[in-house]
Amino acid sequence: MNIHEYQAKQIFKKYGVPTPRGIIASTPAQAAINASELGGDIWVVKAQIHAGGRGLGGGVKLARSIDEVRTLASEILGMTLVTHQTGPEGKLVQKVYIEEGADIKAELYLGVVLDRAKEMPVIMASTEGGMDIETVAENTPEKIIKVAVDPAIGFQGFHGRELAFGLGLPKEEQGKFIKFAAALYKVYMENDAEMIEINPLIKTASGDFMALDGKMGFDDSALGRHPEIEDMRDISEEDADEREAAQYGLSYISLDGEIGCMVNGAGLAMGTMDTINYMGGTPANFLDVGGSANAQTVAKGFEIILKNPKVKAIFVNIFGGIVRCDRIANGILEATKLTDVNVPVIVRLDGTNASEAAEILKNANISNIIVATDLGDGAAKAVAAAKGE
Amino acid sequence: MSILVNKDTKVIVQGFTGKEGSFHAEQCMAYGTKIVGGVTPNKGGQEHLGQPVFNTVKEAVETTGATVSMIFVPPAFVADAVMEAADAGIDLAVIITEGAPVRDMQAAKAYATKHNMKTIGPNCPGIITAEECKIGIMPGMIFKKGNVGLISKSGTLTYEGANQVVKEGFGISTAVGIGGDPIIGLSYKQLLPMFEADPETHCIVMIGEIGGDLEIQAAAYIKEHITKPVVAFIAGQTAPKGKRMGHAGAIISGSAGTAAEKMAALEAAGVTVVVSPAEIGKAVTKAMAK
Repeated sequence: MNIHEYQAKQIFKKYGVPTPRGIIASTPAQAAINASELGGDIWVVKAQIHAGGRGLGGGVKLARSIDEVRTLASEILGMTLVTHQTGPEGKLVQKVYIEEGADIKAELYLGVVLDRAKEMPVIMASTEGGMDIETVAENTPEKIIKVAVDPAIGFQGFHGRELAFGLGLPKEEQGKFIKFAAALYKVYMENDAEMIEINPLIKTASGDFMALDGKMGFDDSALGRHPEIEDMRDISEEDADEREAAQYGLSYISLDGEIGCMVNGAGLAMGTMDTINYMGGTPANFLDVGGSANAQTVAKGFEIILKNPKVKAIFVNIFGGIVRCDRIANGILEATKLTDVNVPVIVRLDGTNASEAAEILKNANISNIIVATDLGDGAAKAVAAAKGE
Repeated sequence: MSILVNKDTKVIVQGFTGKEGSFHAEQCMAYGTKIVGGVTPNKGGQEHLGQPVFNTVKEAVETTGATVSMIFVPPAFVADAVMEAADAGIDLAVIITEGAPVRDMQAAKAYATKHNMKTIGPNCPGIITAEECKIGIMPGMIFKKGNVGLISKSGTLTYEGANQVVKEGFGISTAVGIGGDPIIGLSYKQLLPMFEADPETHCIVMIGEIGGDLEIQAAAYIKEHITKPVVAFIAGQTAPKGKRMGHAGAIISGSAGTAAEKMAALEAAGVTVVVSPAEIGKAVTKAMAK
């Protein structure tokens, strides 16, 4: 789960990670009130969406008067912001964060992620703040300093020194920076974060460090013990179909192609998409019905797949282990009653109770159900059906 | 021969009396696995499925001599269960539970490693030595005995692969479902040398997926140390970037962890890489003929 910048900064503050002062607004009037409450003579109006690249997309603007804050907020609120991370459809801006202006002397980068190879969190720092860190990693990898921290010992002084010297910070700035990094590590660990990114982290004219931006993602499996983070969920940022599917225990991701897929198991679901592609077709979605698939979930799966008007055929590929094939077969029949399945459905059921399932489908005698013998056969038939062959 | 487990392996179940634990323990026993007891706190002294229940893993190990534990406890208790097993001197913990927090697994695995306990999973189908010992949730009937070792991040692709191998007239020595979480126990790099050393295994099938770099590490290892033929499939060639494909670890972050880079690394290591899982069986037949 991801959260907005203003929410990440709320968490930062709790841990003593310095951020500029700011107040969230959802109307231009509120934005103006926030600006006068913050005081000063320069403010930043920042669109709150779950995507990077907001500045380039026109979602972050500088204001030099309260009136300008109001005008800019009215322009940004309600706009569909398109950035390199939103996709061409963009994202609707519903909130703006009004922040006091900061006196920027230098821009750095600081992030924490899990290093899967080392099996511990790694802190990444760079002098190339404000740049896309992927690009920095590709072009100038030597400009990214990586320090893995073993949670058994926690963040120690030497970790901090490695980062500070790596960034070439002068002696008088090292202490403040190390304190900043230590606090950020604590934010990461105590909140079961999956990633934190501060880009840029700024150095002010007075030699202080501050998180000018803040991005956080969390381990979904750990949200149960962080109800205060679960409360930060913004469902308008999530895909409605994916969310609906999840409520039924289905893992669904929409893609661009023409062949709907319904599969048990994430690996086989990806493998099915790959096979369709290999045979010259295009998958319309990833859908894992999970280990407890029944008639109701299968019917729901059909409903979600068929919402996509591009779907020309559906390939049901089940290798029954715990999932019994006869239950899936009944689910398919149920689905054809509940939903208007108006495209060919290619069905491959193998494993537990496969022969019973074949019998059920045969007896039902539904014209648009095509039975396949194995994965390759099923994919080939689905590709042919989608082409109208 | 086989790897890690066989017909003599003594197994206990943590979360023995729960719904999942009971169902699968019974299936494993029916397959022939020597389940010698289980652990459920506060149910010690009772009998379940004809086997003794203990309050702690330590008691269970002392009384039964079990060396392997199959873990079915709820996600929030997985780390505790794994560390308890390690502390009690278990050699191998097979963690079936899905949804354990990453931070918990990090700590649990580090502790297990310190105590020389191997782990498989979490969020995996388990391990099976065909016709001898099944520790997990896979459908036992598809695993006929033979000479192909199998390592897979995905449960259903394990079944798919094993089924094709059997349909081609071969069989499985041992199959290990290693799971697709960001932090897992035994991986390709640790399992490949076991299969290399196992005289019963003549060919190895490895099934990977997008995310992380375990397959890249495996490729480097294969190039240097593996003489047996290896057939590989990497799931997720058509997966979009930045989307989590069902498994917690199956995500292309930025430009890292793509199927293409893993396939290229494996091919460069002399592995037969198939583009579709439907080709695994045929590729094994070719490899076995060599």
